[in-house]
Amino acid sequence: MAAPMSSAGKPSAERSPFNTTSFQKKTRSRLISIPGTRPSVQNGQLLVSTGVTSLDYLLGGGLAVGTVLLIEEDRYDSYSRMILKYFLAEGVVCRHELFVAAAHDNPDDILQELPAPILDDVAIHKPVEQPRLSCEPQDSLDAMKIAWRYQNLPKVQSALASSSRFGHYYDVSKTMEPEIRQAAKCHRFYLPEHPTQSSPTHSTMLQSYSALLKSLQEVIHREGFEVAAPMSKSRNILRIGLHSLGSVLWGDDLCCHDNPSNSHALTTFLYGLRALLRSSLSVAVVTVPSHLIQDRALMGSITRLCDNAIALESFKGSERETNPLYKDYHGLLYVRQVPHLNCLASKLPDHKDLAFKLKRKQFTIERLHLPPDLSETVSRVSRGELAGAATVTSACGSGTSGNKHLDF
Amino acid sequence: MFTELNSILNSTPDSFTQGEFILVSDRRSDASFLIHHFLSLYLRARCRVWFLGLVQSFNHYSAVSQRLGVSLAQAKEKGQLVFLEGLKESLSVLIPQETNTGSQAMDFLRDPAVGLKSLYEFVRSSVSSSSGRDEGADGAEEWGPPVLLVDDLSVLLSLGVSVGAVLDFSHYCRATVCSQLQGNVVMLARCDGEEEEDDEDDEGSERLLKGLTHQCSLTLHVQGLPTGYCRDIHGQVEVCWRRRQGDGQHAQKKVFQYKVHDKGASFFARGTSSAVL
Repeated sequence: MAAPMSSAGKPSAERSPFNTTSFQKKTRSRLISIPGTRPSVQNGQLLVSTGVTSLDYLLGGGLAVGTVLLIEEDRYDSYSRMILKYFLAEGVVCRHELFVAAAHDNPDDILQELPAPILDDVAIHKPVEQPRLSCEPQDSLDAMKIAWRYQNLPKVQSALASSSRFGHYYDVSKTMEPEIRQAAKCHRFYLPEHPTQSSPTHSTMLQSYSALLKSLQEVIHREGFEVAAPMSKSRNILRIGLHSLGSVLWGDDLCCHDNPSNSHALTTFLYGLRALLRSSLSVAVVTVPSHLIQDRALMGSITRLCDNAIALESFKGSERETNPLYKDYHGLLYVRQVPHLNCLASKLPDHKDLAFKLKRKQFTIERLHLPPDLSETVSRVSRGELAGAATVTSACGSGTSGNKHLDF
Repeated sequence: MFTELNSILNSTPDSFTQGEFILVSDRRSDASFLIHHFLSLYLRARCRVWFLGLVQSFNHYSAVSQRLGVSLAQAKEKGQLVFLEGLKESLSVLIPQETNTGSQAMDFLRDPAVGLKSLYEFVRSSVSSSSGRDEGADGAEEWGPPVLLVDDLSVLLSLGVSVGAVLDFSHYCRATVCSQLQGNVVMLARCDGEEEEDDEDDEGSERLLKGLTHQCSLTLHVQGLPTGYCRDIHGQVEVCWRRRQGDGQHAQKKVFQYKVHDKGASFFARGTSSAVL
């Protein structure tokens, strides 16, 4: 977890201000409230939303600040990219800063595809029974005659300025408007723009990963995301999205060879990323094309170096797409790892077989259950009723089950 | 400190076996809760503890130990606990700056082929310097035998260090701490594959586990339940004593099931969980 803040002239606060419960001591350092975050009910850690509310629930309320979420990509990188975009869009809505790194697509392209937030249900403070306020004439709002009880309540704000909700919903069919997107500060790292330097920086870590780590550290230090930074500035969260690490475009051969030549490059990078995140107010989402990595032990060590890990398996292009059991869903989701930071026990999800579906306004993750198969009994009953007889079906008659027109 | 585990291992803060090399291992599970147990046990026993925390930050261990009733910050101030925060030290090595301060302990990240000599030097110098100081100190606190805790060894394999180098490191630590200074060593090693598989996928961590099991005197092996995932029983622990007594080596094994709570863990015989009975 993030290291405690040290400010000169104050007695050292051993407990980080984020390890708080609802009971706050008066003498301790003041509690900082950063928009878009909330303390966890289990251990007081600061949580941010991933943008997908059902994923927040699976991870124990949200993504803890200072941790990494590993997403094992599905075969065509469609749904993992969607979750990455949800994560970045949530950062824009909550006014966090973004850092996007990619080797394949330009980060600007990823940022232009962010889904549009649904703002109707944002920041409503009014109670439910309130239809009269809207029909009051504009000029006499300050002196309400009928709904005078509601005179002192704040007005509804549909702008993003006071977005105090934890998770938001997005409309996938529309992209985010440019003025909303440009209000958030974005840092980009596009690998082709960083030429390979002549000086070798590290023996086990690749140049691309070293450059990315260095760039991350520079941004964290420059923008003041370190926990040890002076408290005078208002604090914010940095959301880091790293797309398709370990793929060939980063210069890594994990996905091509059975015995990669530098098999420890990605794991060393993830170790350095964890070191950076634990000492700063940032969250990272990393996607890895794990279906191309043959070495399961390597995938295991990559998973252990990240805190949260989920894997997506989409039905697109596989024989499961036409399977009637899976017709309601787009794919399966596996929760590989849930961290237990600052506490002994972790909250694993109760059910291990989960499936997801991308709807227009929501990315739902549900428990996959097989309903009882009623098809045969239903058709037998209907044939018996239509035929008007309880005779046993003959061999040629059973072939036309369900089609009453051909019933002789 | 888990009281049930203390009674299983016959160890209390007042009396525990010295000179032991305890191996905590897991297979597709997470045995780090046992590390918290040993940390709080030895701190309560007033031993000097050297903790190589390579995977988590100091605040994590501090927060958990607070729930178990031990304050790590206080122990650090008194000098009872020496904590190497691997994550923090590694950043200065991974991202080379112009001014390179900090200890040399994590230098193996620069070139893992060299081995863990620098890490061992860190351990040896701090352990022997403190024991030398204790003999000449007057009025200083009387501490118990030295204890070395490592969490965990498998991350060293992920960072590129070879299995042989890690086994050498553990052997040197055992020689220094257990044999010379009659202290204890507790190390955590994690494994991913199934035991019956014979492919070369997980060769590194399997070999490390076998080598360490051969060196140690007590192993605690944590696994998931063989029947599958259960919410109320988090797994099983296999405790194996490998004492080398005068009457030859006898290995005594016991299997327990466990459940981890917020403030501890409970251990029970197989099938006697409160959720089942």
